[in-house]
Amino acid sequence: MSEKKTKRRDFLFTATTAVGAVGAAAVVWPMIDQMNPDASVKALASTEVDVSSLTPGNTLTVLWRGKPVFIRRRTQEEINEARSVKMEDLIHPEKDEDRAKNPEWLVMLGVCTHLGCVPLNDKGDYNGWFCPCHGSHYDTSGRIRKGPAPWNMEVPKYEFVNENTIKIG
Amino acid sequence: MKSLFKLFSIIIIIVVSNSYSFAAEKVEYLKTDWSFKGLFGKFDRASLQRGYQVYTEVCASCHSMKYLSYRNLAEPGGPEFSEAQAKAIAASFEVTDGPNSDGEMFTRPGKLSDKFVMPYENVKAAQAANGGAYPPDMSVLVKARGGGVDYIYSLLQGYEEAPSNVSLDEGVYYNKYMYGNKIRMAAPLSNGLVDYGDGTNATVEQMSKDVTTFLMWSAEPHLEARHQMGFKAIVYLIILTTLVYFSMKKIWSRVESEV
Amino acid sequence: MSDHDYRPKSKVGQWFNDRLPLLTLANHLTDYPTPKNLNYWWTFGGILTFCLITQIVTGLTLAMHYIAHADMAFESVEHIMRDVNYGWLIRYIHANGASMFFLAVYIHIFRSLFYGSYKSPREIIWILGIIIYLLMMAAAFMGYVLPWGQMSFWGATVITNLFSAIPLVGEGIVTWLWGGYSVDNPTLTRFFTLHYLIPFLILGLVVLHIWALHVPGNNNPVGIDIKKPSKDTVPFHPYIVIKDGFALLMFMIVFAFFVFYAPNILGHADNYIEANPMVTPAHIVPEWYLLPFYAILRSVPDKLLGVVAMLSAILILAVLPWLDTSKIRSAVFRPLYKQFYWILVADVLILGYVGAMPAEGLYLLIARVATAYYFLHFLVILPILGFKEKTLPVPLSITEPVLGGSPNLAAARNKESKIE
Repeated sequence: MSEKKTKRRDFLFTATTAVGAVGAAAVVWPMIDQMNPDASVKALASTEVDVSSLTPGNTLTVLWRGKPVFIRRRTQEEINEARSVKMEDLIHPEKDEDRAKNPEWLVMLGVCTHLGCVPLNDKGDYNGWFCPCHGSHYDTSGRIRKGPAPWNMEVPKYEFVNENTIKIG
Repeated sequence: MKSLFKLFSIIIIIVVSNSYSFAAEKVEYLKTDWSFKGLFGKFDRASLQRGYQVYTEVCASCHSMKYLSYRNLAEPGGPEFSEAQAKAIAASFEVTDGPNSDGEMFTRPGKLSDKFVMPYENVKAAQAANGGAYPPDMSVLVKARGGGVDYIYSLLQGYEEAPSNVSLDEGVYYNKYMYGNKIRMAAPLSNGLVDYGDGTNATVEQMSKDVTTFLMWSAEPHLEARHQMGFKAIVYLIILTTLVYFSMKKIWSRVESEV
Repeated sequence: MSDHDYRPKSKVGQWFNDRLPLLTLANHLTDYPTPKNLNYWWTFGGILTFCLITQIVTGLTLAMHYIAHADMAFESVEHIMRDVNYGWLIRYIHANGASMFFLAVYIHIFRSLFYGSYKSPREIIWILGIIIYLLMMAAAFMGYVLPWGQMSFWGATVITNLFSAIPLVGEGIVTWLWGGYSVDNPTLTRFFTLHYLIPFLILGLVVLHIWALHVPGNNNPVGIDIKKPSKDTVPFHPYIVIKDGFALLMFMIVFAFFVFYAPNILGHADNYIEANPMVTPAHIVPEWYLLPFYAILRSVPDKLLGVVAMLSAILILAVLPWLDTSKIRSAVFRPLYKQFYWILVADVLILGYVGAMPAEGLYLLIARVATAYYFLHFLVILPILGFKEKTLPVPLSITEPVLGGSPNLAAARNKESKIE
């Protein structure tokens, strides 16, 4: 008789513990999720930028989701330089044609992919950007060429609403 | 065990009756069947959408709703306009933004992320335009009034001729549900004031119900999620309590003592 | 106690325990001999621990979103309610959790009053408890100010003005408390700081409270000293743990009902109106758990004496172990005290009721009578009762009547064993 009883008791305790554990886990989730971006932050998805005053060879820096976005109106030289690079020479191979659909305009997050500093304009060994924190060099397409950063600077989703306005996000 | 329950219920009754005991002169509010009351209460979507229409066509000329955003109109548990509809609603408002690169403020059509546009720039402007009385912000109005939805619903229908012993100043109206019976807001609703798109007859009663439902949602936008989660939580707790009860009996059966 | 010579089984455990005896502590807590006749009123200690932890966890998460600034506090609370993921849930748990905390602490206190748990050798436990209770009131009051609604603002104004009753320095103290000439932003930020601090002070005091409890061990419904461990005791784990767990779950069902189905019923509607220094609400009332003291305050027509009466009503509890002269602990064996006990319970409930009513007419009269009786109970009735009351015989041990064959108190009484 005792074996049967023991089994039933064991099952009861196991079931109680299991159900209790599920509840405890369910209570923990809201406490974790509250730190994720809230509804008002998620709603601020896009920003529109007027680029009519930007002349070739200059960069406009705007804030999007709390991060700087570089909008570079490139000169023909810069475009040529970016497009002539061989894929084998790149740490993170990406074609310039894919990064800048309209070759004159380069739009990317101005955040170094190493540890998140903001690279400086028109600096570095490749005439693009140079991150002062740990010495990453980016070319005129914002691609990593030298230094500790693992990837090219990220190109966000953007579109030209009209000739003079870029919508980021 | 029994006495514990008794004490719980006594305390709850006392607490609850206390919180209701302030309406010194108790008035019976008008009652209606609110769909959002009860264990599984949900909002009536059509009523919320109509309520938004009443708010925006009637109330919004004086009352702000500064804690609401246009995106809320498309969020689950609310009026649930489609995203396109909510975008169109937002775009129909002029929002002040800026400063632009010249340092100037400018206006643009509203976006989903914008807060509801306010009828007045600030409280002082609202007072100046309304003879010194500030039309309260309506975002949490239902929760800010003791009678809640029943009070708002009644107030909207409570306008009457003042009894002969009550004298009213210019711009003051008689309302039998208002505290002190004197109110600075003229009767806002009249039959057929708005044109409901769904063909519902826009009686004062109907509009009062719709706009009050809308205000309940605006004050408590997660009410539906709360009711759903609450039911699950309590069912879960009852199951676990039962399991723990039998485990306890089992464990205590080892000692000769009552639990 | 057996845990003195406890030694962990594993080598690693021994190595660790020799350096920091945490395992000895854990062993002490699990094996802790507890009277086996504890009834459900004794489960509220565990429930209160749960309440404190719940308030700290939800409070910390709310503090990640709340903005302690007079211009933004109300809006940030609405932001929590609307936009923060599960913000409404966390805030409603925190707001109703305060009420549940007080509900539990009142039951805990009145259990102690009934069974004489405050008496020797447990005076320190009791006094620590009173300090915890005072800190709870401070934390609850300041927490209620944070949403910066009308009741927050005017509650803060009225309560801080109590200090102006102090002769000579009163006004100066109030200005100092405010950090200005009225309740304003400096007041809000310091209240937030203190509201954040106090729960951790309470946590520390709770550790001392439990430590002090574990020296003499639990009192019990019979109110006699028991040998530990013996037939009268069971180890804390699993017996008391599962019983506390069961009671806690029952408590959580009530808690969940408030959070999910009546989250605002214990609050005041006026607190959903943003603070306005130019308009006072028609009735200023504190939260329900402070109403009895509010009634005492208002029942005294003099400003200073009213404040003194209110504070005395709480502080008188601290000297209760010496006001109660009876040597018998449990009201079970004190037929007269038992009746006065229930009159006191009724008296406090009445005080709570009139505290919520306007202070005028009949309500004021009732408040005055009830206030007078409150002090009468502690200052006159209790000291005299200890000498005059004919108490019932107390059994020698919890198991005694059981061994006698019939597990009821009548059998115990027949043994005519009396503790002097």
